[in-house]
This record gives sequence, C-alpha cells and structure tokens, in this order.
Amino acid sequence: MPELILTKDLDVPDYHRLAGYRSRGGYGALKKALDEMTPATVGAEVKKASLRGRGGAGFPAGTKWGFIPAQTEKPKYLCVNADEGEPGTFKDKVIMERAPHMLIEGIILSCWAVGIHHAYIYIRGEFVKARKILQAAVDECYAEGILGPKVMGKEFCLDVTVHAGAGAYICGEETGLIESLEGKPGKPRIKPPFPALVGLFGCSTVVNNVETLAFVPHIIERGADWFLKIGSERNPGTRLFGVSGCVVKPGVFELPMGTTLREIIYTHAGGLPEGRTLKGVIPGGVSAPILTPDEIDTKADFDSLAAKKSMAGSGGLIVIDDSVCMVRLLARIARFFAHESCGQCTPCREGTDWAFKVVSRIERGEGQPGDVDKLASIATSFAGITICVLADAAAGPILSFVQKYREEFDLHVTEKRCPLENKAPSRPGP
Amino acid sequence: MSGESNEIRFSQKAKDRLAWYLTRYPTRQAALLPALRLAQEEFGHLTHPVMDYVAGQLELPPVTVYEAATFYTMYHKKPVGEHCVYVCTNVTCFLKGADQLLEYLSGKLGIRPGQATADGKITLFSVECLGNCDKAPTVQIDDDYHDCVTTESADRLLEKLR
Repeated sequence: MPELILTKDLDVPDYHRLAGYRSRGGYGALKKALDEMTPATVGAEVKKASLRGRGGAGFPAGTKWGFIPAQTEKPKYLCVNADEGEPGTFKDKVIMERAPHMLIEGIILSCWAVGIHHAYIYIRGEFVKARKILQAAVDECYAEGILGPKVMGKEFCLDVTVHAGAGAYICGEETGLIESLEGKPGKPRIKPPFPALVGLFGCSTVVNNVETLAFVPHIIERGADWFLKIGSERNPGTRLFGVSGCVVKPGVFELPMGTTLREIIYTHAGGLPEGRTLKGVIPGGVSAPILTPDEIDTKADFDSLAAKKSMAGSGGLIVIDDSVCMVRLLARIARFFAHESCGQCTPCREGTDWAFKVVSRIERGEGQPGDVDKLASIATSFAGITICVLADAAAGPILSFVQKYREEFDLHVTEKRCPLENKAPSRPGP
Repeated sequence: MSGESNEIRFSQKAKDRLAWYLTRYPTRQAALLPALRLAQEEFGHLTHPVMDYVAGQLELPPVTVYEAATFYTMYHKKPVGEHCVYVCTNVTCFLKGADQLLEYLSGKLGIRPGQATADGKITLFSVECLGNCDKAPTVQIDDDYHDCVTTESADRLLEKLR
C-alpha cells in the first residue's frame, strides 16, 4: 500500500477535535518549528519540498510565499481557499470535516514562515457542517493558546477567521476570492499586480488551497527529502483524488502523484459497473479537457496531464461510461459556465451563453449544418482574452469534446436526434 | 419604504454577532457577506428595506449592499418557503439521474424550480455543484446535505418537512 500522509489517521476517534489530533502527534510540527527552526528555515523547507498547489494550478507554495516582501509597512494576510466549487471536487471538505486541526497547524506554520498575523479561511457557503467543525477547531485553538496573542507561548500572534462565501463559483479564483472577502461581488482582478504585492485590503497576500496547507506540518515534521521521495518527478507527494461518476466505488483516495488514471479508476474506485465500458474521463474537475480511454495510462500529475493538453486541476476525476450522450453532457457543462461567468468581461459573459445555446440546440436535434464548427469557433474566440481563466476553463471542455467525440456531435445534426438509444444517464439513483 | 424599514431591527443575538464580525476585519465592508447571512436568518429574505438596514449598520451606501446581495446565489431576494430544497444538477449528479430526481420532486410538489409550494412550506431549487460528488445525487435541505438521494429517500425527506 502506498504511504498515506493526510488521511492516515482520519479514523482515529475524535480526530477532528484537539485531543484526538494531539493523540497522534498533532501540533508536534508546530512545536518543532517554534523551538528549533526560524521562519526562514520553515519557508526554505517547504520550498525545497516543491509542494505544488493542490487547488488547481499546481504552483509551488514555497515559491509563492517567496514573492511576499519580507518587510512591509502594512499587514500581510493569508487567504485559505476553501471555496471548493469546481464540479467533481470534494476533497478539501474531507480535511475540514475530519482533520481541521491539520489545516490549522498548516496555517500557523505558513503564517509564521511568512510573517502573517491574520489568516482568513474562505469556505463556500454551502459547507455549513464543515464550517461548524472548523470554527469549533479554531475556538479550541484560541482556548488552548494555540491561536491568539502568543501562539504556543511564543512571541507570535495569529488570528484565524472562518469566513463563509455565499454561492459563486468564481470566488474560487484567487482575486475573486479576495474581492468577495472584502464584501464585494467576486469579480476577479486584472493581474498584475499579483496578490503577493496587492491582495486583500490592498496588502501583500498569500492564497493557498486547503489541501496544500495540510501538507505543511508533515513536511516540517519529516523533512523535504522524505516528501520528495513520494510521487513523480517534479510532482512530489501524495494527492487526494476524488473519483465520481460511473464507477463502482466513488470516493476520495490519497495516492502518490503520478499514479495513472487507469490505476485510480480501476484499482481504487472499483472500475465501471458490469456491462459498462469507459467512454471518457475528466481528470481534474470539470474545467479539465476530457481524455479518451486510450489516454488513461497517463500519470495523474500536473506535468503529465498538461502534456496531454488537459490538466490535473483539482484532482477530481469524473468517469463517464458508454451510456452517456457526450452532447448532452457538454450542454450541461456549458450551462454551468454560462451561469457562473461573473459578467465583467464581454467575451466570457456573451460567449459562454452563446456556446450553451448552440450546444443545446444540437442536443435537441435542432442543430444546423455548420453548428459543430461554430461551437468550436465560439470557444476559441473567447479563450485567452479575459481577466481570469474562467473563459479558458469553459473553452477546454467544448474544444476537447468536439474534437474527441466529433462523430457524435455530427450525428445529432444530420440525424436530428441522439444516436444513443438510451439518452438518459445510465442509472438514475445511486 | 421608510415606514417599513422602521420595523426592521436585528435581534440582540444578531447584533452581538455582527459586532463580533466587525472585530475580525479592518474594514466594515468586509463584514457585509456575514451581515447579509445574518439578515437572511433574521428576516427570511433580503428585501430592499432589509438591505437598507444592513447598509445602515455597516455605514455603506445601499447600492454596495444591493450589488453584493444580487451577485451571490445563496441570498434570497424573493420570499422562500419555510424549508429550502436544493437539488444539485451538475455533472456527477446529472450522471446519477439528478434531472429525473428534480423532475420527480417538481411533480410531487407541484412547483417548478425557483417556486414555493402554495402552503409556503417548501421552495425547490436546482443548483450547481455542491461538492459532494461521491454521494451523488446530492440534495441539500436547509443546511444539511443528503447523500445518494433516490425518489424513495426523497419521499421520506419531504415527509419530515411536512
């Protein structure tokens, strides 16, 4: 069995509480850092570990911290991205509900390394249960002197505030998140300036994903060299893969980065139900371009999936079987992006809606000759020219579906109907 | 409008909560999202007088409050039923029959998504990904998630709301 890092102790009774977490050595890494290390050596260790951001972009956390100026007149902030809204993603919730103190320990270590005295955990509004558990854990830390004016009795003050979103996918984008935290609509900002220089409340800000921060205590406790031995080249460590859709055993699986999609789907998620065959897999949340069955021997890490013109994204695999109409599925995905476009950039606001309308009419059997090419050309026209990457994320599925399942789209137009007899998803209900 | 807004007041509990939120941020505006959530808990939905009241509490122009309140899907700008039923219809739930489930609930309750039952008990919503994809299809009722919902288990869930 591969080594588990984040999920090893999830079944320990009361692990979500301070006593349970401490019973397995919790807050030991923080104690070690405060007693034996300096903020700079903590930062250096995380940088050496090449811990890549588990939120989607895979940017190395240590490098990101390095962009924060050491001396600033204004305060510095950490924003924890707990907005987990990428369709097909449900792994940060596991950490927040079952190991909230691991996240908090990671937050404290990160803040100490960067010289931050206030961290905001931006959690999506729908996660009420996770928010309550997280708030209870934060409260325990204040009561025990792990947070507050003297962290573990040292001359370091740190506040952590749990802040709930209110329903908007775009707030998972780091500058949309910052705008939202400031009490505004979550419309992403033009970069540069990057949050490291001008972020929350106009101050230097680090934005890190929940899972990324949860790795920090382990790296500090066991060292970067240990971490670097796990996973694949330039993609060290494990990752929480969420597998959903047409598989026998959907769930969250912690596996080394670089595990192949095939192994994740067939060995860990139980494969497809009997009688069904694989038609495609979306490897990193719905924004990731789809891969066909002959591409599933690809390693599920940032670089290998990028080489396949897809992305590792949020680590959420959506498995699709042969009963699913790809045109209908794409219409559903297109509807999502049209709904979630924040509306500030015209190409995205108008383009995502237009693409949704065209794919919908193809799906209904009302497509005109040339519509399939038109759909691809709309996607090409709005990608890469907007403030944030939502438009690019919307274009990826359109272009990859049309390219890889072209025949199915064409048949909808020429035959004015779905070529699959069973148009409905294979198994209503679980 | 002014006559109505005179009657809008946070309970002491909500006032205390808001005062605490204000200690957590360097600007008053940053407490807007939490304040709107409080207002929704207190008054059910966000009318213009309610949003004006929140604006007054945070010393913000009302338009700043309207702008935020209308951007986010979890703020109700129209009256909602005593209970809110949110059916996730995004990709994984879609693959697991969420459209059929939504249609079933819609038929059973006699309302379209976005509407409330005549007795004011239940409002039905179709929503985007709830982040619970390994337990699709997911239905959120008020604050609680319900996993792997079938038409049968949906019946039982609705029964509890009656």
